[in-house]
Amino acid sequence: MISVGLLLLAWELYATYSGIRPTILPAPSRVFEQATLNREALADNAVPTIRATLLGFACSLSAAFALSMLVDFFQPLRRALFPVFIISQTLPLVAIAPLVVLWFGFGLAPKIMLVALVTFFPMLVALVEGYESTEAEIGQMLRAMGAGRWRIFLLARLPSALPYFFAGLRISITYAVVGAIFAEYAGAAKGLGIYMLNAKNNFRPDLVLAAVGVSAALTLILFGLTVLVQRLAMPWERAGKKTGGTGPRR
Amino acid sequence: MSRLELRHVRKAFGGLDVLADISLSVGAGEFVSILGPSGAGKSTLFQLLTGAEHGEGEMSFDGAPLDDHGRHFAFMPQRDALMPWRRILDNTTLGLEVQGMRRQAARARVAPLFAEFGLAGFERHFPAQLSGGMRQRAALLRTVVQQRDMLLLDEPFGALDALTRTAMQRWLEQMWRHHRWTALLITHDVREAVFLSDRIYVLSARPARIVREIKVPLPRPRSLGGDAARQASALEAEILDIILNPQSIQRTRP
Repeated sequence: MISVGLLLLAWELYATYSGIRPTILPAPSRVFEQATLNREALADNAVPTIRATLLGFACSLSAAFALSMLVDFFQPLRRALFPVFIISQTLPLVAIAPLVVLWFGFGLAPKIMLVALVTFFPMLVALVEGYESTEAEIGQMLRAMGAGRWRIFLLARLPSALPYFFAGLRISITYAVVGAIFAEYAGAAKGLGIYMLNAKNNFRPDLVLAAVGVSAALTLILFGLTVLVQRLAMPWERAGKKTGGTGPRR
Repeated sequence: MSRLELRHVRKAFGGLDVLADISLSVGAGEFVSILGPSGAGKSTLFQLLTGAEHGEGEMSFDGAPLDDHGRHFAFMPQRDALMPWRRILDNTTLGLEVQGMRRQAARARVAPLFAEFGLAGFERHFPAQLSGGMRQRAALLRTVVQQRDMLLLDEPFGALDALTRTAMQRWLEQMWRHHRWTALLITHDVREAVFLSDRIYVLSARPARIVREIKVPLPRPRSLGGDAARQASALEAEILDIILNPQSIQRTRP
């Protein structure tokens, strides 16, 4: 928080006293002022971005979950499918985004696809590696108890993957917002991406930066939500840190 | 009357002989140890018993051959294998839940045993909040409530510090006297084997064969002083001599 504040302060001082024109580098105070003035337009354009981010992320999450289970149950699939997904990660977004818009139009579908494309693989890897992190002895013990593969997956492999899942979630949620904005940049009726593009073309860097501020705030909120959900979903993590190896507090 | 009976059991992993020739038996209510150097294949033996691996030779329980579907054993792995995400109570009911018991019924079965296992008041704690010794007691509780015919204990105290381990050995001996479980313990700790067992099978280095079967005639409860302690020390020395005997080491070298 302090470092962000200092950075903004330095920027404000430089923009005010260096004599640089506000059409090149506007001061943060001007960005904030313009953001307030244009808050309705910004909010109006943030809605489609949020929708694309969340829908795209939901799609990639469901797909990653289904496929991670498939890979976990049929190991050979991993070698067959992973090269394809790794290649999908090397596609430059700059090139692929306009093509996807060209193929699927200016609607919501190409945005969802691009968000899914950038977030799917990190989530898949997190889940698959999470399953593999299951302690071997827990598996052996469950087998000795008479548990089958499905039972072992539900009782041990799935919960073991939770820390990996949330680590992947935190990374991909930031990608997701960037992916949605990029998709809109390539062509959209409404959205933060197209808003930035129009502001730039109108020589309004203050409005570009205002939109950047909104997208950053959006990312931070989503990030904070994942941290919150993780805390609720994994109460044992905090319990272990709070009272490591001590007795009951009666 | 012997319950578990192994005759000429062998196991090789990809041309590497791990178990050369293992014949042993465990009687009802008997505490038997398998003692051998690290990497001798002791844990492989348990994998054969629990059906995780398959080998050659005959294995039978109560006269009937062991197959994958007979669930005679409750297995306690080396580290406690408690699930960090389950509270202690739910960790101890795990085996019952896998057997198909309803969670409420399983909890009702396990809860009264917490005091005896020194875990009263810790039912709602997570494993990370417990000390090593308590975790191990919880793991043993999870093992015995399954009410299987026999316990398989795979170096249950190997990961504990020396003091805790000694305390746990005394506690286990006391528990065993009350319950008379039929138990097979794997260990590389000579003192532990002598302190807990009725009989000890001494294993050679890999490929493992049984080099000696030793009866432990010490009275129970096992004490740490007087004549019995001297007898125990003599027995420990004898066993160490067998294990570290240079001839037996030479014989197993390629």
